[in-house]
Amino acid sequence: MYIIVVGGGRLGYYLTKALLDEGHEVLIIEKNATICENIVGEMGSVCVRGDGCEASTLAEVGTGRADMLIAVTGDDEDNLVACQVAKHKFNVPRTAARIRNPKNETIFKKLGIDVTVSSTNIILERIEEEVPTHPLTHLLTIRDKGLEIVQVKIPPESTAVGKTIKELSLPPGSTLSLIIRKEHKPIIPKANTILQAEDQIIAVTTPESEEALRATLRGA
Amino acid sequence: MKVVIMGCGRVGAWLAGLLDADGHSVTILDTDAYSFRRLPPKFGGTALIGNGINEEVLKKAGIEEADAFVAVTQGDNRNVMAAQIAKHIFNVPKVICRIYDPLRQELYSTLGLETISPTTIFAQILKEKLES
Repeated sequence: MYIIVVGGGRLGYYLTKALLDEGHEVLIIEKNATICENIVGEMGSVCVRGDGCEASTLAEVGTGRADMLIAVTGDDEDNLVACQVAKHKFNVPRTAARIRNPKNETIFKKLGIDVTVSSTNIILERIEEEVPTHPLTHLLTIRDKGLEIVQVKIPPESTAVGKTIKELSLPPGSTLSLIIRKEHKPIIPKANTILQAEDQIIAVTTPESEEALRATLRGA
Repeated sequence: MKVVIMGCGRVGAWLAGLLDADGHSVTILDTDAYSFRRLPPKFGGTALIGNGINEEVLKKAGIEEADAFVAVTQGDNRNVMAAQIAKHIFNVPKVICRIYDPLRQELYSTLGLETISPTTIFAQILKEKLES
């Protein structure tokens, strides 16, 4: 694939390295001359100096034949415009934008950006996971279906311990998909599976039911 | 008419003054409070500190009841993003956006945004003056 990366900061740099390793043709567009020179010095001619929001720069780097454009500058508005210009002027089939303000996720979707990655949200979630008492971890969001995959650990004091799945009243739209138990193979939960303390549950739920699911499984 | 203006530079402040003098209800946004010095002393509208690409700030500025939104900050991309939020998220009836870059201006006008490029307009005026 031919992939254009807008923004040669730390994110653009490591992203390009990873994509090159996977065998893709990658080109970075970076405004800052020094950053550009450093990248070229290290990785070869994979960086062009210019403004990735400008149609002339995008034309110069052959955006018309790009399979994907990924905008990872530090400014949400620049990432939005780079993706929109690529999409509407050069018909790039897939555009992805990094966003800083998590609230922009829905706005970007509405404005036609195919993929958004909220760096702030990802960092928050990772840190939350490391807080020992954190009750529920988001693993994945399936946005077009309005679903999310979460992980919940059953604490010993939970009222769910010793109960079968059937006996729990799970909130609407929530399904327990997998139980990871110490020293055991992962278990596919059935109606009569009994929950134990310290079970790690992987569940599918909706953003609305998330809180009720947490309460049911951690129940106190 | 209720108008929200984003960017209190020379153009934004001047426009705010004109509309306010005509009796319109004006709210002007800027990220830097110092910019509000450009507003005329008699300005009767609201000056609000905040970034217009932030939904919450736009709500605070009364975008939900606004009849018009004008984006005139120094940043083309900021203007484009704010104008699209006003048009597609808040359904403001009249949205006008300044875009310096003529190519970007052309693209966004084909995408249905009402845009003005001072670059092309001013160059054209200069050309006409020179040739007359």
